[in-house]
Amino acid sequence: MFDHDVLVIGAGLAGMRAALAASQAGVNVAVVTKVFPVRSHSNAAQGGINAALTDRGDKWEDHAYDTVKGSDYLGDQDAIEIMCKEAGSEIINMEHMGTIFNRDAEGKLGVRAFGGQRQARTFFVADFTGQALLYVLHEQVMKSGVRVYEEWFVLSLIVEGGECCGAVVMEMKTGEVHTIRAKAVIMATGGIGRVFEPSTNALICTGDGMALAYRAGAPLMDMEMIQYHPTTLKSNGALMSEAARGEGAYLINKDGDRFMKRYAPNMMELASRDVVSRSEQTEINEGRGVNGCVLLDCRHLGEKLIKEKLGQIRQLGIDFANADMIKEPVPVRPGMHYVMGGIRTNYDGLTSIPGLYAAGETACVSVHGGNRLGANSLLDTLVFGKRSGQHAAAGVKSKQHAAGVTDAYSEAEKKKIQAILDRPADGGELFGKVRQELGETMNKYLAVFRDQQGMETAQRKVKELRMRYEKVIVHDKGRTFNTNLIFTLELGFMFDCAETVIVGALERKESRGAHTRTDMPKRDDANWLKHVVQFRTPEGPRIEDQPVKITQWQPQVRSY
Amino acid sequence: MTMDVTLNVKRYNPDAAKPASYNQEYRIDLEDGSSLLDGLIKVREEMDGTLALRCSCRSAICGSCAMRVNGRAVLACNTKMKDVMPKDGSPVKVEPAGNMGVVKDLIVNFDVFWGKIKAVKPWLQPEGPVPQGEYLAPNEAMLHLAGVMGCIMCGACVSDCTVLEVDKNFLGPAALAKAYRFVGDPRDAHEKDRLKDLTKYGGMWDCTRCMQCVQVCPKGVDPMGRIMKMRDKALAAGYNNTYGARHALAFTDLVRHGGHLDELRLPIKTFGIFNVKEMLKLAPIGMRSQMVGKVPPLFPKPIPGIQNVRRIFEKVEAKR
Ligand SMILES: Cc1cc2nc3c(=O)[nH]c(=O)nc-3n(C[C@H](O)[C@H](O)[C@H](O)COP(=O)(O)OP(=O)(O)OC[C@H]3O[C@@H](n4cnc5c(N)ncnc54)[C@H](O)[C@@H]3O)c2cc1C
Ligand code: SF4
Ligand code: SF4
Ligand code: FES
Repeated sequence: MFDHDVLVIGAGLAGMRAALAASQAGVNVAVVTKVFPVRSHSNAAQGGINAALTDRGDKWEDHAYDTVKGSDYLGDQDAIEIMCKEAGSEIINMEHMGTIFNRDAEGKLGVRAFGGQRQARTFFVADFTGQALLYVLHEQVMKSGVRVYEEWFVLSLIVEGGECCGAVVMEMKTGEVHTIRAKAVIMATGGIGRVFEPSTNALICTGDGMALAYRAGAPLMDMEMIQYHPTTLKSNGALMSEAARGEGAYLINKDGDRFMKRYAPNMMELASRDVVSRSEQTEINEGRGVNGCVLLDCRHLGEKLIKEKLGQIRQLGIDFANADMIKEPVPVRPGMHYVMGGIRTNYDGLTSIPGLYAAGETACVSVHGGNRLGANSLLDTLVFGKRSGQHAAAGVKSKQHAAGVTDAYSEAEKKKIQAILDRPADGGELFGKVRQELGETMNKYLAVFRDQQGMETAQRKVKELRMRYEKVIVHDKGRTFNTNLIFTLELGFMFDCAETVIVGALERKESRGAHTRTDMPKRDDANWLKHVVQFRTPEGPRIEDQPVKITQWQPQVRSY
Repeated sequence: MTMDVTLNVKRYNPDAAKPASYNQEYRIDLEDGSSLLDGLIKVREEMDGTLALRCSCRSAICGSCAMRVNGRAVLACNTKMKDVMPKDGSPVKVEPAGNMGVVKDLIVNFDVFWGKIKAVKPWLQPEGPVPQGEYLAPNEAMLHLAGVMGCIMCGACVSDCTVLEVDKNFLGPAALAKAYRFVGDPRDAHEKDRLKDLTKYGGMWDCTRCMQCVQVCPKGVDPMGRIMKMRDKALAAGYNNTYGARHALAFTDLVRHGGHLDELRLPIKTFGIFNVKEMLKLAPIGMRSQMVGKVPPLFPKPIPGIQNVRRIFEKVEAKR
């Protein structure tokens, strides 16, 4: 058994930022992560990170308003205000710690334009901003001496007397299962991308943290809000960053027409993501697409700019779509990208369970509401990662470890694992096909456009798949790096996420942000200006709602 | 369109009664444009769940999936299966990355790798008062660094580095590239200390410039180029009292003298003729060279036109 004051689960931007903040507050911190920290999915973020810097003539209030409008008025405005106010100091802090940002002619940080915002306020490093930030936090964590349990996989959370006081974790290299006792736990486990197939997300984005917290009794909020990114590749779902459009790329249909003029005449390609994705899907559905795609045209940006600022995605286009954006348009389509919902927290990261915090994509504060603005997610991870770390550290200072936490917790998990390994081989299948079918089902019925019938079909199918999942067999019976076992466990987490996405979507009887129902196409502020909150019960999710916090911006008609 | 592929995977199961490596063939059907990783994923998700490998992003950014294919380190995710299928229809040979030690199947031990990264103190060390806003820095300097920062720590270079094969003490290309990222950062105040540290045994002077790291790096990081830049900086800062630095100086001397590299005299000049211990270490390399017919002549003559070579030297030195 191991003891720490604060245990952070996840070593992406949110997790490492939280760990640094807690360790700077002088408590004993450890991080658990199922992959080496720099392999965390934050490394994939391409475009940039938003902040309104006052010395550039920008105002946090403007950033906040753009975010509120982008969220289709579902974001909580008190949290959004905090995020936008603290953005500037977080960016400068990251720069001081060593982040390489693109600069302007004076040597100051340069910005690019991003969707849904009236001002260019996205700070960036070419098209690998996430990597640049993640590596700097990793450097600082190495320097800080915070203990990092690398390639350790969290199996469950420990809750005693209503408080979260640790986790049960498997060391992947040895297969050993340990109990880690902590006075506070911060979930920073990232998104649920793989619940959809294809997705822009990495294979490790399996929603573990949401499922773990949900199983431990913390509610999930706004799970129906799934962002489809307007520019993903058809072949493997890889992302073509919004930075391309930020730098001036066009979207055209098969007739070479910049169709966004019909949907968002002011902001054109840089309207909010939900708006652009719906427009593209409409073009495709009405026969103006090209093989199920529209075209991302960068040719007029010129070779120099593309090589300097979009080099990585140019290569992705060459590798996975056989198209060099310098010479030809790249076929793209809306693809699953981000989950706005997650573990419900307040703006200090605290969930409904004392001692349990959440930050980053796994949390729902909520600052993104019905639709996240591009480059606001990295900001969310840093600001609320930091706040959770600080708040958790302050809370543990005068606290004792829960006495009841013993190795009995890890013994119980070992038994569960053994039961999976011991399943009879006959009639069972490997997890792969089940995962694939789950993802395809979600992607078919819970995509850009949804309707009652489709969502009910999805619910039925997911139930069937879950029954198949209960019989899935694990070929590998060994202890060392039993990835077969880990993937099987992850798939279990994915089912919890899928189920809550569907239930949330069926519950919300309107169209708002990314949740667009063809059978209920209007936003309904009178009845649905509220969050959908789900608690786990043996019979399935129990739903509550929660009012949206409005400080200064009343809902208005949303057009771009 | 699909294609029929056979993978020959080198496997190792540490949990077996008597662990030993063995090869296993998998025959799979794949979409035409598939990557090597697509193939391996298909195997482990649908055929043989016991096959272990690391992978995550599928787009050459997370650094998880370095392995050797047909003897050369690659990222499985950005390697097209078509490009590595031998023309004669023989199987694609897949092995774990080299120089790190295998844990299981295609999973290698990264402990030493991260240890070496840590050893170069990979964090920014500015001095003086912290400015209110950002540190000012020229964009070109930042763009230049971004090229190194693009390293995804995949270990492909480490896998195929020829020095690491014989000398585990060498920091290796990835850690040295990481060191350069700070040496070259205008905001860092410890360039000299860093260079001095990297002049020690196992540091920048131990690279033999074999180019392997440059060739296998999937992100164009050019570790060797960065190492050479640091050598220039180290020499300029006066850190030359090492074998490696003397090697470089001796190298220059010989080329100036004869117009080509005299590989027999180089070690003598570097280590000193009486340094038997170091000279003996080179014996195996000498013998291997002999076997492949690459032994340098005993008494090399200056090349024709040596005057021109010397003139180039004068010009370069005048510029410095
Ligand atoms: C391709 C792409 C591009 C993007 N571009 C941008 C952009 O330009 N700007 C922007 O703002 N946002 C962008 N986003 C979104 C943004 O990158 C993510 O939302 C954000 O990085 C999530 O960070 P995180 O810290 O919450 O989680 P992650 O970085 O995903 O980290 C999750 C961590 O949790 C750990 N973990 C998970 N489960 C377990 C478990 N069971 N046991 C132990 N550890 C576990 C993992 O090991 C990992 O360390 C992009 C997303 C994608 C997919
Ligand atoms: S050039 Fe140097 S660092 Fe690179 S592989 Fe060769 S010996 Fe190793
Ligand atoms: S230098 Fe290149 S090959 Fe080496 S670890 Fe970095 S990205 Fe991989
Ligand atoms: S899977 Fe991430 S680099 Fe290959």
